[in-house]
Amino acid sequence: MVAGGAPNGGGASAEALSAKVVVQNLTIRYGNHVALRGLDLSIRRNEILGVIGPAGSGKTSFLRALNRMDEFIPGMEVEGRITFDGRDIRRVRNVYALRSRIGVVFPLPVGLPLTVYENVALAPRLRGVRKGSELDEIVERCLRRAALWEEVKDRLDSLGSLLSGGQQQRLTIARALSQEPDLLLLDEFSIAVDPVTTMRIEDVLKDLKNEMSIVLVTNLVQQARRLADRTAFFLTGEHVETSDTARIFSGIVKDPRTHDYIEGRFG
Amino acid sequence: MNPQALARSRDFDHRGRAWYADRAVTVFVFIGGTSAILFIGGIFAFIAREGLGFVFTEFDAGEFFGSIAWRPTSALDATYGALALIVGTASITGLAMVVSIPFSLAAAVFIGEFARGRVRETLKVLVELLAAIPSVVWGFIGFSIMNSLIIDIFDVPIGLNVLNAGIILGLMAAPIMTTIAEDALKAVPDGYREAAEALGATRWQVIRKVVIPAAKNGLVAAVLLGVGRGFGETMVVLMASGHSINLPDSVFDSVRALTATIAAELGETAVGSDHFRALFTLGILLFLVTFAINLAADIIMRGIRRKGERGRP
Repeated sequence: MVAGGAPNGGGASAEALSAKVVVQNLTIRYGNHVALRGLDLSIRRNEILGVIGPAGSGKTSFLRALNRMDEFIPGMEVEGRITFDGRDIRRVRNVYALRSRIGVVFPLPVGLPLTVYENVALAPRLRGVRKGSELDEIVERCLRRAALWEEVKDRLDSLGSLLSGGQQQRLTIARALSQEPDLLLLDEFSIAVDPVTTMRIEDVLKDLKNEMSIVLVTNLVQQARRLADRTAFFLTGEHVETSDTARIFSGIVKDPRTHDYIEGRFG
Repeated sequence: MNPQALARSRDFDHRGRAWYADRAVTVFVFIGGTSAILFIGGIFAFIAREGLGFVFTEFDAGEFFGSIAWRPTSALDATYGALALIVGTASITGLAMVVSIPFSLAAAVFIGEFARGRVRETLKVLVELLAAIPSVVWGFIGFSIMNSLIIDIFDVPIGLNVLNAGIILGLMAAPIMTTIAEDALKAVPDGYREAAEALGATRWQVIRKVVIPAAKNGLVAAVLLGVGRGFGETMVVLMASGHSINLPDSVFDSVRALTATIAAELGETAVGSDHFRALFTLGILLFLVTFAINLAADIIMRGIRRKGERGRP
């Protein structure tokens, strides 16, 4: 089952075999507060999975669990099973290798206190790329793909934090791409980005889908509609439904709350 | 509020209690805040008045900086060569830094980056407690425990030497350096760590590639403040160094420090005598060096703050 394949449903086991990531019965707690309850969901290969829902619905917690970033958050407890290419991510022996295959773009651009060049070269360096020419090539390729190269090619040695907000966000996307990830997680990437830049990044994402799976957490229902192959709706920790984006937005929903949300009736 | 009081409170020309209270507090905090300037100026003026009298009369720069003959009490031929004292202070401080820099940076990284929850809080409290131990207690440890340890381990005749004072001073400076260095690490936004972790960096890679470069200025300032502290410390170097005028050949030689010389001799000099004023000249030297070190640390720290505020290097 590949991108844009059969609509929701189908054999769960067949889906489990072909999916990039399979999430089973995922529950996330912060102390007594349950952020996400019993989530079952899969991320297919070469799809953009949109995740929508109002604030506090568990979207970000879900992303954090996917690359085991929960380990650095005191009090965050994760139960359930997540497999990545069939491997239980709780049982991988090298969590850093897992994370290196998952790119993350945070809501606000986090320009590391490094130059533009070093921001993008960091991940390749971490995995052992030493040769200057090779690094140059990776940096240029990633910056081009993030639609940033033309704007920064003359100031690769200035600090990343000196770029404008939209440029910084594209820099973090370039940095995520430099990991050569199989899975790209975007957490409300367009919060601090102007509409024109947002559109440019969205075009980039449509392209990237050919090489990786993308999870797009967004507050903008229309963004999910534009980009996502399938859309998942979360509400206060509950996974209401996941379905083909086209179906959801044409009103074919299993749960009336989904319809209410995308119509802007609450949230 | 009765109508009369209300009318007064709204009268442009009436100054009520709140107005005077505000003025009083303003004056009070102004005095408190600016008194530091007064004190530093006053201290310098005082030291300079006593010391400069010597500098412009008996003082011989060649002898002061070039000779090890500190013989202020010689009746016939008093000489004031401070070289051995300067070397003594420098060697003890230098060794202390060799001991304390790796120690305290490692402690700061552990507390700031690795320890979690209760371990971290406990360690922070303990390190701060350690910083509060009076220097005479450290001196006592050097004098009694370290002394015999050094004699036993290295088979040397005397254990009160550069090694002893350097180690004790290093241990004494470490908690302060740790605290400041940990503050510098804490000032690095968590977003940097998360972003680097998300790239697949190990914890050590995160620290080495991102956290330490970002905290660099604060770490340098921590080291400089530690140096300043070691340089000006008196009691430890008096008790643990052996207090004998000597250009050390090795860490097992006894030395005498600038501060210890002042502390030990000032009480026995006649006020206004050459000896008395020569000690104040040592004071000027100490004052200038510690002032320079602290100023450098301060400038570096300001550099961090500015960077934080404006997001510029």
